[in-house]
Amino acid sequence: MEPFRHLEAVAAPMRVPNVDTDQIIPARFCWRKRGDGWGHLVFHDLRFDDREKLKPDFVLNQDAYRDARILVADRNFGCGSSREQAVWSIYDYGIRAVIAPSFGDIFFNNSFQNGLLPVMLPAERVTALLTMLEKEPGTRLEVDLAAQEVRAPDGSVHTFDIDPFRKECLLAGLDNISFTLTFRDQIAAFEKKYEAGVSWLARGPA
Amino acid sequence: MPATLFDKIWAAHAIIVRPDGATLLHIDRHLVHDGSSNAFRMLKARGMPVARPDRTFATPDHYVSTLGRDLKAINEPHRRGMVEDLDTHAAETGVTLFALNDRRQGIVHVVGPEQGLSQPGMVMVCGDSHTATHGAVGALAFGIGASEVAHVLATQTLWQKKPRSMRITVDGALASGVHAKDVILAIIARIGVAGGTGHVIEYAGSTFRALSIEGRLTVCNMSIEAGARAGMVAPDDTTFEYLSGRPYAPKGADWDKALALWRSLPSDVDASFDREVSLDAAEIAPMVTWGTSPEAAAPITGRVPDPADAQDAVRRDSMERALAYMDLKPGTPLADIAIDRVFLGSCTNSRIEDLRIAAKLADGRRTVIPAMVVPGSGLVKAQAEAEGLDVTFKRAGFEWREAGCSMCVGMNGDLVAPGERCASTSNRNFVGRQGKGARTHLVSPAMAVAAAVTGRLTDVRQLMARS
Repeated sequence: MEPFRHLEAVAAPMRVPNVDTDQIIPARFCWRKRGDGWGHLVFHDLRFDDREKLKPDFVLNQDAYRDARILVADRNFGCGSSREQAVWSIYDYGIRAVIAPSFGDIFFNNSFQNGLLPVMLPAERVTALLTMLEKEPGTRLEVDLAAQEVRAPDGSVHTFDIDPFRKECLLAGLDNISFTLTFRDQIAAFEKKYEAGVSWLARGPA
Repeated sequence: MPATLFDKIWAAHAIIVRPDGATLLHIDRHLVHDGSSNAFRMLKARGMPVARPDRTFATPDHYVSTLGRDLKAINEPHRRGMVEDLDTHAAETGVTLFALNDRRQGIVHVVGPEQGLSQPGMVMVCGDSHTATHGAVGALAFGIGASEVAHVLATQTLWQKKPRSMRITVDGALASGVHAKDVILAIIARIGVAGGTGHVIEYAGSTFRALSIEGRLTVCNMSIEAGARAGMVAPDDTTFEYLSGRPYAPKGADWDKALALWRSLPSDVDASFDREVSLDAAEIAPMVTWGTSPEAAAPITGRVPDPADAQDAVRRDSMERALAYMDLKPGTPLADIAIDRVFLGSCTNSRIEDLRIAAKLADGRRTVIPAMVVPGSGLVKAQAEAEGLDVTFKRAGFEWREAGCSMCVGMNGDLVAPGERCASTSNRNFVGRQGKGARTHLVSPAMAVAAAVTGRLTDVRQLMARS
């Protein structure tokens, strides 16, 4: 996993609440493999018309936001299905941070597994950023994970909270499985003790 | 200290608790399906085995054809490949597979409880957001993404931060024609699609106590539609009676040992929750959704709301977008909305009780629009056929299909056509969920039959009054 430390990039505004993972990546594409590349499919039915032509009204299709690597979204972003393909398609498109007042829980977790930083800011802060980005298309924001700050060109600084464990993993590009396996002995000891209490789980079907 | 059901399960499964709260949880049961292939490949790429094949159970559901149980019935190579991949991965890793030609195959969230794999006090995960379903038997069950599936396959553990707790209490008897689906839609309409975000919900009160396990499964299933991580109902005699005798349920002396543990699980009387919500069962009517989010739900006696009445601009804007997509005008009575197609199935509503309720209403009536019934598992299908429900459905004009996720998510090709309006017993009315341009109205199985025989959204109580 690529580490996430610091990013200074164009931010695209998406002032729509409850963007679900079916919108981010429609179910009909989900059979593809992780390595197949997903960036061209992100927000597919919002980005393309029925003849696969770019819809000019969709934010990422507008010239000012073509190079966006930050997405500023509205509340409950990434709700719905657990499909990690939603994160893969956003990530492969080139976006590395999504700023929103709240996220779907599973999308939020999936983001950290892939080096995509979900930044939660209070709703009024996000609204102010959205307004700024809409007024000045192409505005660049700075996301500093170590300092836990989002900085805007108007001088405003927005600090955000993040789980220390997740911050550590993102900064280091640390993979969860390898990390967990360092606790192999503790896991084995726990299983031995725990399973004595639920011994029936070890038995097959009747 | 007094503890909730959730607290007790969480504490019993915590292997490591870091000072920052990150907790390594032990997983009792891991369910996988034909959408889990990327996770198996991640494991394979590391050259790692599945840590606990004995705790991992697989069945294909998302990509299977509902027209036959032969792999060849899947006529699209990518979809067939997903089911074949699961067969291969199960064989390579030694996890138990209920394959396509096995009567026990079905939607993973129907199969788990049916086999007795889902039990009180367990921590269960699956790479599917509707895993909360299993909370109906008193388990802590939640959906995870592919990377976390790979993590569980590799270690049988998962890092989680403890969510907050919420208790939703519903008391009183449900009116005739009102079912579990209406209860959960009424709850989501009340608290909103993000109302449960970051929380685990415990459903409490006399209404849930009186519900069957099938009904509780329907309620817990849609916890994710309220944004919650998981939903659960405390285990009681209804739970124990349901589990007793199921293939993977404990037997003999094991049963007594399990029962002693399970009886200790319900929340302590003085346990406190981070948030409390309560509803009166008597006020719940048969529900339908009118928009593109499950919170856009209203009693069938209501009307399409007017965006002009929205509290804020963002909400007004999203209502306008939803109504444009749904092709609905504000003020239209919901019971005037014409329907093109009916889908009765999904992990929300495809169990035997759902089919019994639906068949009873369909008996002696005739569908006026295309309608299909997709049982939740091969065993549900067999049970329904043993009771003659298939004959009732077919006589009424319903198609009778094989088990799978089918038209809830359309991954297998069972799609609603662009612009078509579908009354569906599934769980999501998102834009394009049942197919590009498809318009979904979420309803209970009873309301689905009412729509099928009238061709419009119809208050099922009118149908009942006439029978």
